[in-house]
Amino acid sequence: MAENEVPENLEPTTEVAKTTEFGLAKAFQESAPITDQSASGFFKQLLGFWVTFATMFKKPNTVQYPEVKAPTEPRFHGRHQLNRHPDGLEKCIGCELCAWACPADAILVEGANNTPENQVSPGERYGAVYQINYLRCIFCGLCIEACPTRALTMTNEYELADNDRGKLIFEKEDLLAPLRAGMLMPPHPMYPGADDGTYYRGEVPGSHPSQNPEANANA
Amino acid sequence: MSPEALTEVELITVVIDGFEVSVPKGTLVIRAAEKLGIQIPRFCDHPLLSPAGACRQCLVDIEINGRAFPKPQASCTIPVENGMIVKTQLTSPVADKAQKGIMELLLINHPLDCPVCDKGGECPLQNQAMSNGRGESRYEGVKRTFEKPVNISSQVLLDRERCVLCARCTRFSEQIAGDPFITLNERGALQQVGIYEKDPFESYYSGNTVQICPVGALTGASYRFRSRPFDLVSTASACEHCASGCAMRTDVRRGKTLRRLAGEDASVNEEWNCDKGRWAFKYISSKERLAQPQVRGEDGELHDASWPEALAVAAAGLKGKRVGVLVGGRTTVEDAYGYSKFARVSLGTNDIDFRARVYSDEESSFLASVVPTLTTTYSDIDKADKVVLLGFEPEDESPIVFLRIHKQVRKRSLPVVTLSPFTSRGSHKLRAEVISTTPSGEAAAITALSGLTEKSVILIGERLGESVGALSSALALSKATGAKLAWIPRRAGERGALEAGAIGNLLPGGRPISDAAARVDLATAWGVDSLPSGAGRTTNEILAAAQSGELDAVVIAGVDPLDISATALNSLLNTFVLSFELSNSAVTAIADVVLPVAAVAEKSGSFLDWQGQPRAFEAAIEGALTRSDVRILSMLADEVGAPIHLPSVTAAAREFANLGKWDGSVTEFVPVAAVAPVEVSGNQAILTSWRQLLDLGTLQAGEANLAGTARASVARISAARANELGVTTGDLVSVSTERGTITVPAEVSDINDSCVWLARNSESSQAIATLGSVSGEVVTVVKA
Ligand code: SF4
Ligand code: SF4
Ligand code: SF4
Ligand code: SF4
Ligand code: FES
Repeated sequence: MAENEVPENLEPTTEVAKTTEFGLAKAFQESAPITDQSASGFFKQLLGFWVTFATMFKKPNTVQYPEVKAPTEPRFHGRHQLNRHPDGLEKCIGCELCAWACPADAILVEGANNTPENQVSPGERYGAVYQINYLRCIFCGLCIEACPTRALTMTNEYELADNDRGKLIFEKEDLLAPLRAGMLMPPHPMYPGADDGTYYRGEVPGSHPSQNPEANANA
Repeated sequence: MSPEALTEVELITVVIDGFEVSVPKGTLVIRAAEKLGIQIPRFCDHPLLSPAGACRQCLVDIEINGRAFPKPQASCTIPVENGMIVKTQLTSPVADKAQKGIMELLLINHPLDCPVCDKGGECPLQNQAMSNGRGESRYEGVKRTFEKPVNISSQVLLDRERCVLCARCTRFSEQIAGDPFITLNERGALQQVGIYEKDPFESYYSGNTVQICPVGALTGASYRFRSRPFDLVSTASACEHCASGCAMRTDVRRGKTLRRLAGEDASVNEEWNCDKGRWAFKYISSKERLAQPQVRGEDGELHDASWPEALAVAAAGLKGKRVGVLVGGRTTVEDAYGYSKFARVSLGTNDIDFRARVYSDEESSFLASVVPTLTTTYSDIDKADKVVLLGFEPEDESPIVFLRIHKQVRKRSLPVVTLSPFTSRGSHKLRAEVISTTPSGEAAAITALSGLTEKSVILIGERLGESVGALSSALALSKATGAKLAWIPRRAGERGALEAGAIGNLLPGGRPISDAAARVDLATAWGVDSLPSGAGRTTNEILAAAQSGELDAVVIAGVDPLDISATALNSLLNTFVLSFELSNSAVTAIADVVLPVAAVAEKSGSFLDWQGQPRAFEAAIEGALTRSDVRILSMLADEVGAPIHLPSVTAAAREFANLGKWDGSVTEFVPVAAVAPVEVSGNQAILTSWRQLLDLGTLQAGEANLAGTARASVARISAARANELGVTTGDLVSVSTERGTITVPAEVSDINDSCVWLARNSESSQAIATLGSVSGEVVTVVKA
């Protein structure tokens, strides 16, 4: 019999019944309607509460969500995030490979041209429109596997409920990683002397003073 | 084909991968394999370009009569021979290994930046690297890099790193377009596509290189990074820009046209189109597009109105009034038929004209009597022993006609004769014999033409009607020599509008208005008691009547008044104006009621190309809220109380098809005698002009990249005149009439000494608006 087939006959085989005193096999045996009103029949009923009774002495498993939030496994598939290079430029190049890979058609990307005045990501192209529809997403993670720049990853955040369907379409602003120390808000020029390859290989350490458009304007 | 013709084709039988196939002599091995459904990978091979053998991807093993080639051969360069046995990658491990090796070599310097490449997802290199390449590259060195991308024109970008040096683009430019502005420079690993330093890549056909580049080395600026193939919904469509009649493909993403590609139609555009057809589609999504009907309120301003309200006001302005209808040359056949029927049935008038341009009464007669009977086609050009161009600059005015002639010129040195004031770039590329003419001298020059036979083709442009007596002479020439005649209007809708009777002297299907039997025939078909008799007013007469108060109202559809005359708009100021428009325009600014209509991408319909062949298309944008003109006219006719019963494009198409062509007699063409040539002296000159392909036309609005490759406006003058004025090419000259002055750089050319040529509607050179004339007028030319 294949593993996942449900046995038609729920009676345990005699062999199992002999070797297991309590547990599932026993419970099967006991699950027949109780017609026996004798004293031994009553004990049999008590026997059915054995698991319940034993649990009373175990440590409770309940998590007081939402007051208490249990950490997920590190590789849990939660909300997506669009990452940044160490100087703040966006990693996403608007290639649409994630959208292509998505089995649920949850992602919409439109690319656009980086210009010297509007450099959002290193190189020629950036993602101008980026949306993930969490009403469709099944958190399979195929999109992050497809992403050639590691721009798209998944966080462990799982609180994705709302009372408005529109709000469950996350825009690029909702998905972008926050600026960390040393990062500048794009658009700004690329790191001096760097090209998209330098960025891709992770050789850009952080932002350079010359990349700050405001500082440049003041200078 | 006659039985003799059939036997003429010698068939050759070859064995490919163990299967026999018989193909005509001269067929390339790669094509013969295609016939069997065997796909040999390829990059440089293109059925419409001469073989180059540049990429070596198509290597196969070939054996002839038992003697095998020592090495795999390029199947795209070798024609089949008797006794040939071909083994492709499917049956020959040697060929397979050779192909994989070539692919590996091609990929050595390829940047593999597919994620930022526009070709990704529809790339022959990607696909064939998957099907016929090694899984892994063994190359670990540094790739050759180039600066990228390079603008080779404002609309074509070149990424040399991605180029596989297939020479498709350079062969296209040279062999098909005749504009060899790109070439392969350097040799070996440094080989790259480059532009000639002096000439920018200013070809009207440059978009085709983007379409045929098998990698993402040539990309279009307007489609750059906009989409991936899986986002696009593609619809086969027809081009709305000129009467060449190109088959097109329109790619739409989420209700927005993102690009248009040349479609395939061997009998018309083969696989090419021009840059206007490819890139001029932004007008659809212009900010000026109208969404709602508008009605002019008591405050004199236009206000948005509901459809019932706008139709009621429009109907009140037309009902029982004397109305003229200006259709414009851009409507589909169905829409033009709608206007034609609406004018006759609902407005009871023949005052309808589709010509929003300069024309003459001679032309009216020519259109009614001659054009509906013309049957010349592209294939007549292919077979012609001589092509004569009259008042027609094919490169600017019907680009695919130019490509057809050019093809024959290259293939068999087809003689081309053109009547033109000077040798244009197009004439130069066609190696045409230029008969230098002045606007008033055309009739005489036509009469003097000789050497035409029944196999010759005379192509008449719409501009010939501007020259008195020229159409008469052309017709006489055709009659005398038996040469085939064709009339090639510039706009896509003109031939269709003519057939649909959107003109004062013809009813739909070429029925003469003067013929009572034709009127009765049509009245019966339409279920009305009678139709108005007597030829209707032409465009200028309608405008004059509107100005003088003889007409109370004008229905005007997609017409730029400056295409007609400088004063056309003024004539409309005192009448009720009902405008059918795409976008806000000079006409909507003065209209009393404005009804928004659907653009070509939003509706279905058909055009008639210059051959008179229907070019049908479906709506590319699903669910657009705009309606086709004919549907609105039908609602309006109901409101007026004289219904035309054309609730949809399909209904109009069906009714028009059922009417059929008129088989009775047609009116006689009334020849017009030529006038004496104009004499000029001193700094006077006779103005000549035509519209360049890329200019200030309404439908090219909003596409800066395309406008960037428009030819610069110049004033062409002869060397003698330049001497007199003391100017050389590049110096500014002023061309003036009483109305105004156009100041543009001079270009010294072989133009007739008495003439000056200007672009008709280009940047800083708008002949009608500024000079009030397009041709034949005496102007003064001075140094600016
Ligand atoms: S996780 Fe899966 S379903 Fe969700 S967006 Fe990515 S690919 Fe689509
Ligand atoms: S997230 Fe990654 S895969 Fe998606 S568009 Fe951006 S770069 Fe491409
Ligand atoms: S640019 Fe494209 S079409 Fe031209 S040679 Fe290179 S790969 Fe071929
Ligand atoms: S040649 Fe004419 S029909 Fe063809 S694409 Fe150009 S404008 Fe359109
Ligand atoms: S396809 Fe044959 S050599 Fe390129």
